[in-house]
Amino acid sequence: MSLSRDDVAKVATLARLALSEDELAQMTSELTKIVGFVSLLEEIDTSNVEPLAHPLGTTNVFREDEPAPSLPVELAIATAPKQDGECFLVPAVLGD
Amino acid sequence: MQPLELSAIDLVAAVANGDLTAVECTQAALDRIAALDPGTNAFLHVDQASALAAAEAVDAKRAAGKPLGPLAGLPVGVKDALCTRDMPTTCASKMLEGYQPPYDADTVARLRAADAVIIGKTNMDEFAMGASNENSAFGPVRNPWDATRATGGSSGGSAACVAASMSTVSIGSDTGGSIRQPAGLCGVTGLKPTYGRVSRRGLVAFASSLDQIGPMAHSAADCGLVLETIAGHDPLDSTSLDEMVPSYTQMLEEPLAGIRIGRVPAHFGEGLDPEVAAAVEEGFRVLEAAGATIHDIDLPHAKYGVATYYLIAPSEASSNLARYDGVHYGHRTSEPCRSDAFDSPLVEMYCRSRAEGFGPEVKRRIMLGTYALSAGYYDAYYKRALQVRRLIRQDYLDAFAKVDLIGGPVSATPAFPLGEKTDDPLAMYLLDLYTVTTNLAGVCGISFPCGFTGSGLPIGYQLQAPALAEPLLLRAADRFQRLTEWHRRRPPSA
Repeated sequence: MSLSRDDVAKVATLARLALSEDELAQMTSELTKIVGFVSLLEEIDTSNVEPLAHPLGTTNVFREDEPAPSLPVELAIATAPKQDGECFLVPAVLGD
Repeated sequence: MQPLELSAIDLVAAVANGDLTAVECTQAALDRIAALDPGTNAFLHVDQASALAAAEAVDAKRAAGKPLGPLAGLPVGVKDALCTRDMPTTCASKMLEGYQPPYDADTVARLRAADAVIIGKTNMDEFAMGASNENSAFGPVRNPWDATRATGGSSGGSAACVAASMSTVSIGSDTGGSIRQPAGLCGVTGLKPTYGRVSRRGLVAFASSLDQIGPMAHSAADCGLVLETIAGHDPLDSTSLDEMVPSYTQMLEEPLAGIRIGRVPAHFGEGLDPEVAAAVEEGFRVLEAAGATIHDIDLPHAKYGVATYYLIAPSEASSNLARYDGVHYGHRTSEPCRSDAFDSPLVEMYCRSRAEGFGPEVKRRIMLGTYALSAGYYDAYYKRALQVRRLIRQDYLDAFAKVDLIGGPVSATPAFPLGEKTDDPLAMYLLDLYTVTTNLAGVCGISFPCGFTGSGLPIGYQLQAPALAEPLLLRAADRFQRLTEWHRRRPPSA
């Protein structure tokens, strides 16, 4: 199957990637090729096969819900690109 | 005594006996890095002062008569995908350039607690996505056996630093072959443990159901020594296995008599380099000479491994890498973000930060994964890949009912020239043919040298074993290395 430039632009929006027109064009041709290759899986009959998300059949692991020390705030935000000592700073979400 | 000519087992013993100091070992590694790494680019970060301080602390401990850890004085290179609280952790990405994590990965903490000396962070493909180490934002690693060739990837720096004896051992991570393939192309021994054997806490996540940390060294016995330290349950990684860690190095003596090794005839089809095929076939003879028997087996869905992997791994990556949003850590755009082309300034900040921070291969995988998970395509791609994953795992379960181990090639060719495959992403993906199914099935595998090409490039042999059968896997590889000298060869440059 073939992907269009607009298909790829829509995926880029979902993936939160600002791609240039050149990147979109290149990505369209590369993804078409890769998706064509992985479509190889269509030839297998998977009608009665349960999906396997995890190799070793691990199950949920529970623990007591008890408060315990965690990373101090100042360490957790120290490497943020913008912060005010207590919070991460982001561009205004609601108007100016 | 030249510390870097010793095996890890002998070096640790020499430090414990007082024949060598940890400072001597560390200084030898630092000197060698200074001499060789400008031409290799195996390290992204080397901190002489902190490595020497760690070594001095080990020597002081010994002088004070305190017990030493099992890896005391051992120089270790750590892949830059593992968090280190005192060194940058970049995953070879501009996105994380300069990032210094507030904590150590579980593996790093265990190495430090065992008195190993972390000498630096090794180069890799960006976010571990690649099979040649050419996707590093900080330049490719050059193969110590031929500087015009690639090391393989993604743990190319970890393979090269051991191959060139810049460290005695190293730590890599393997999502679809990223320890075993570069080990094969660089002539070292690399172990991908069973999924969950080593905690993933503090390993920058790529594909969480496939990622596994493992050791690289000059021998299987040395890999076993390191695995004894880094394996084990971690309450903070719920997928780490709560299973006893055996003394791998104490379990190498039992002979291989009666061990059945599977050979997959389809592995020897079209595309396999004839010199590689001959060396790998000879590898089966060596194991036979050690007492094992060889049996032809089939892994009928193995031919779908690469396609399955390149749906599952990018899907998981697209989700894992959503955390790079320009808010919590890493790169944030300096653009004003006031364009009408985006829903909001916040969304524009996300999109621009990610577009500027990620390299081309990482973008490609995020796009592929986002596509495979998107509405309308989920069933056709992602879900189908998970179904085929079950078939692939079942193939392994069926095979391991007939044989104890599976042998074969790790890579279809020896190290290829830098630049040869960079323009063709799909050709690069196909390099993972022999390694991805191990991760999809969650079993363990090891790669070690089984010969050299006429032009002097190493050839790797891969063994795979059932989940948690590392004792047998290491024993078989160790037997092989008792009967051969391939793993003792060193590159001419070293």
